[in-house]
Amino acid sequence: MYKYDQYDQAIVDTRVEEFRDQVQRRLAGEITEDQFKPLRLMNGLYLQLHAYMLRVAVPYGTMDSRQMHMLAHIARKYDRGYGHFTTRQNIQYNWIKLEDAPDILADLASVEMHAIQTSGNCIRNISSDQFAGAAADELTDPRPWAELLRQWSTFHPEFSYLPRKFKIAVIAADEDRAAMRLHDIGIQLVERGGQVGAKVFVGGGMGRTPIIAPEIKDFVPIDDLLSYLEACLRVYNRYGRRDNIYKARIKILVSELGPEEYRRQVEEEFVEVKKLGIDPPHAELERITACFGNPAFESGLSDEIDRSDPDFAVWLDQNLVEHKQPGYAIVNISLKPTGGIPGDASADQIDLMAELARDYSFDELRVTHAQNIVLPHVKKADLYALWQKLADAGLAEANLDLISDIIACPGLDYCSLANARSIPVAQKIAERFQSPERQRDLGELKLKISGCINACGHHHAGHIGILGVDRKGTENYQLLLGGSGAEDVSLAKITGPGFDENGIVDAVEKVTDVYLAQRQAGERFLDTYRRVGMNPFKEALYG
Amino acid sequence: MADSLRFRDDAPHEEPAVTLEAFLGQSNATAVRIESGEDARALLPSLDRLALVEVSFPSFRDGRGYSAGRILREAGYTGELRAEGDVLVDQIPFMRRCGFDSFAPNAAIDQAALDRALGRYDFVYQAAADSRTPVWRLRHG
Repeated sequence: MYKYDQYDQAIVDTRVEEFRDQVQRRLAGEITEDQFKPLRLMNGLYLQLHAYMLRVAVPYGTMDSRQMHMLAHIARKYDRGYGHFTTRQNIQYNWIKLEDAPDILADLASVEMHAIQTSGNCIRNISSDQFAGAAADELTDPRPWAELLRQWSTFHPEFSYLPRKFKIAVIAADEDRAAMRLHDIGIQLVERGGQVGAKVFVGGGMGRTPIIAPEIKDFVPIDDLLSYLEACLRVYNRYGRRDNIYKARIKILVSELGPEEYRRQVEEEFVEVKKLGIDPPHAELERITACFGNPAFESGLSDEIDRSDPDFAVWLDQNLVEHKQPGYAIVNISLKPTGGIPGDASADQIDLMAELARDYSFDELRVTHAQNIVLPHVKKADLYALWQKLADAGLAEANLDLISDIIACPGLDYCSLANARSIPVAQKIAERFQSPERQRDLGELKLKISGCINACGHHHAGHIGILGVDRKGTENYQLLLGGSGAEDVSLAKITGPGFDENGIVDAVEKVTDVYLAQRQAGERFLDTYRRVGMNPFKEALYG
Repeated sequence: MADSLRFRDDAPHEEPAVTLEAFLGQSNATAVRIESGEDARALLPSLDRLALVEVSFPSFRDGRGYSAGRILREAGYTGELRAEGDVLVDQIPFMRRCGFDSFAPNAAIDQAALDRALGRYDFVYQAAADSRTPVWRLRHG
């Protein structure tokens, strides 16, 4: 875990004071709402349908129990007793009063947290692999690099009024668990000649124009990384479109210029930027990396687990991921109980997860982009005791990556941009498929729902995607098939005309029936779709 | 227009700024104004005869001028660099870091709020076009 030093703490404390000043000027009428908007947005505060929403940054999704307890405290004291974990590994609160926001930030700062740049047209929270530092398949822990980028991007004077928001993800394994190529900049750490460096992808994203980021540079050494990213951002800041909010993301610039021309401009800019000496010395990455050392794993532990409790065995098979250290496992806590709101957790549940992290996972938790929580370092001998405590709190749903492990945006229940509700659709689908046996028979099936074309629910990347639209004043849901946010990244395609709220649930069932009828041994839904194509699904839906 | 703010000791430049097109077409102008979509690099061959560059901020949301300012400073420009237009108190600290040393805001800026904003942060994370030392250099010397 990264630990703030005196400088980090001073900057975050100062931010609290600055935002308090800005809120006071707004409440006193010294600045207009239009002038206040970019200030509050740069601090994660949105005016939603019913109240202010505050988004709190969880850098690269990593927290300790003290920080997680603080999130529960905020939910209780300033909100309605719950919080919502987001697809960018953050948490947001939906019922915040403007005058409370400075106090919330002060509480967050007391545990090395903040809401800096969780919204606005600036560089947002850096996201990463939720299994970083624990995964058996990673080259190195990507989080020190993400922290380096967090610091570089915080209050960046040149890139705080970009044409549009800017999202960066960093991973270090071939398996992509962070939808890396659907970010404005995606970085995969790779090795060359014994050195770790960055493979840089630029210009991906979802929204109304989904694009998979092309590779712009195959290897950027650490000594050049910040200069290279600065060049990438400067070309965007100067030439990204500002005439049309829907064409302002970097993906549009890169696709209009073409990746070759964008790369050429970046390389030209890089020559200038590299002269400036803005790259920190190796010692800085080493200093940060030292914070992320392995916890004190015991060696020689057994990998045997007593599976005699059948419910426990089902959870083990579904929610565990292989750990790099023998005798340990990565535990996924699903925030997708049947009938629940995807990603929501009560203050009591948040407190419990914090306690379990402290007792069983070397005091560490992760938030995943699929809106679940991870305990990254659990001793296998402790799994049964842990599972019992999770089950008592309604947190032992054994559905990781199954059809009910749905990503959904807040939709029209909360969001002022939405055209349709997402949450009720997620709930109805989870209810339709509530039989655990049926879900497991369907296997890995990533279902993602967005309530408008901004695609916060990642519908383009769903094996099954659902997009809520407004059709002549009524909510209508389009069905998409064949997307993936993983290393086999692809964009989902629309099946045809949309459905009403109940019709979309039936439609999902129909396409899963096609899969069950057509699948070959070992095929996931996505594999079958890729082999047989759209037609059999269309026939079942509209034939 | 409100009073302008200057962070320079020399006398204000009196000559009116000409457009970039006019500047490139006439050799004796010493002050130029660049619009937010114009390429500041076009000025680089003439920096030594410029005393004033005015960069337009038509809306506070339009951040192109931040890059223009840095590019000019990075190329060695030492004359007056003025941000003109929709310049608000909370943007000025970023503009200062990008090399701007004078401001011609559309609306008056509260001096007390500006003093608070400029004096607020003791530390910055990144090197820019000002003389502030980034935190990583404080950490490692």
